[in-house]
Amino acid sequence: MSIFQYEFMIRALIGALVIGLAAPALGIYLVQRRMSLIGDGVGHVALTGVGVGLLLDRSPVLTAVIAAAVGAVAIELLRERGRTSGDMALALLFYGGIAGGVMLVGLAGDRSNANLMAYLFGSLTTASVEDLWVIVVLAAVVLTAMLLLRPALFAICHDEEYARVSGLPVRTLNLLIAVTTAVTVTIAMRAVGLLLVSALMVVPVATAQQITRGFRSTMAVAMIIGTASAGGGVWLAGTADTAMGATIVILAIAAFAATAVGAGTWRLLRRRAGMLAVHRRQPREVEPPEVVLDRPAEMVPERPA
Amino acid sequence: MFVTTSVVQVSRGAVGYDNRTVLRSVDLTVTSGEVVALLGANGSGKSTLIRAALGLVPLRGGSVHLFGVPAGRFRQWHRIGYVPQRLGAGSGVPATVGEVVASGRLARRGVLRPPGAADRTAVAAALTAVGLADRARDPVATLSGGQQQRTLIARALAGEPELLVLDEPTAGVDAASQEAFARALGAFVAGNGTVLLVAHELGPLQPLIDRAVVLHHGEVVHDGPVPAPAGHHADPGHDHVHPHAAVEPSRMWSA
Repeated sequence: MSIFQYEFMIRALIGALVIGLAAPALGIYLVQRRMSLIGDGVGHVALTGVGVGLLLDRSPVLTAVIAAAVGAVAIELLRERGRTSGDMALALLFYGGIAGGVMLVGLAGDRSNANLMAYLFGSLTTASVEDLWVIVVLAAVVLTAMLLLRPALFAICHDEEYARVSGLPVRTLNLLIAVTTAVTVTIAMRAVGLLLVSALMVVPVATAQQITRGFRSTMAVAMIIGTASAGGGVWLAGTADTAMGATIVILAIAAFAATAVGAGTWRLLRRRAGMLAVHRRQPREVEPPEVVLDRPAEMVPERPA
Repeated sequence: MFVTTSVVQVSRGAVGYDNRTVLRSVDLTVTSGEVVALLGANGSGKSTLIRAALGLVPLRGGSVHLFGVPAGRFRQWHRIGYVPQRLGAGSGVPATVGEVVASGRLARRGVLRPPGAADRTAVAAALTAVGLADRARDPVATLSGGQQQRTLIARALAGEPELLVLDEPTAGVDAASQEAFARALGAFVAGNGTVLLVAHELGPLQPLIDRAVVLHHGEVVHDGPVPAPAGHHADPGHDHVHPHAAVEPSRMWSA
């Protein structure tokens, strides 16, 4: 395609593909433990890091990684203690993070508005060769950790108490997930921006789990969908001249919607076919509904907790 | 310190949440090869006792020894197979029965080593032991409650433990699964395994039990032979031990 004759488009494509591959590999663990939105929270905190970096005239990516990691570890420690006040603490952390970020970026100087937009909504096309290397190396680290430690991370996210009784280093691995989340958020902010970071981690997983049966296959399919959405989004954005990060996310969500409709239709057809088969074989098998409704009312209170 | 054959030893164990006392000064000893049932009404503290023994609930007082080692210094977790009451709240990310059972090998294998032939053999053997060999590739969420419970037992068995700790393994489980479970447990006991289980009703497990410990309001009120099923005991915990066994034919209503 003609848009890829520009070097910055090639760089954008490579960055997007790498992030599209790595983000769902981490995201699946977050989804499994029902923390799909944690990426957004960490992203808010990362913005403060960006502000600090711009203010000190240092690489905002580095300060963002540090701020995000501190935030993610704090959230994990709150989760571990299982405090009811954790919810409120998270809210404070999120809003503190984004307010601090906006304030610091504003202090940083003239071009701050353009900068702020770039971090909030992504700017892959402005990525330099150095930026690209940082993205590729960090993504490779995330990917390696998530794939190598899959059995242990699966066990922890699936049943944390069991993992504890198995003698797994639960806390260390939880902190690893937290720090990895911070790293992924920071590299993904170049692609889709901090406000859309969670989308790349979560949406491909949500799409994949509609059609898969196991954890490993969900992970593989989610990574394929993430990569395809990222690549397709860069191409579409370049061709149609739309915002790149938003286009990537819209594509990922479109894939989710298409899969949901497809899987729903498939299930409906199968159930119809199954019901028809049952009817043909034993038309009397289906109990009159009154009988079914009658009994559970008496039985439910008798169940041992 | 001298060497004992005690596998689980709770001495004067006390547990409480905020200002509610759940266990007060409980003693429990399970020696190697024994099959001990913890009985008691809901809220008697029986689940809390095994969770405290496994370090999942902090002790307020007293001590726990596992295989003769103080719990704080115990590291040989592969010797213990834990079967929780039910699978944690499903998250939506599918997992196959085989994947869940394979988690049981982690205690033995460690975090970094990839699964090998021995792991696959053990997983297959555990699935066969609970009668789920043909469901290995099915998503856990599609199984009945009883089959999910058997999946958790297979996960514990896959680690080839010496001690099985089970929290209400038969609660709300259909008859077929109860029998499959009793067979698996029988095979484990025949291989010199030690068992500590919490139960509401013993059902088909009754013949396997060597000793029953009955808890009532956080205290041990009976430690000895399994109390007879008839309700004529003076034992205060007793009338809750065998509740409505016949009323729960399946998970049809609750699944």
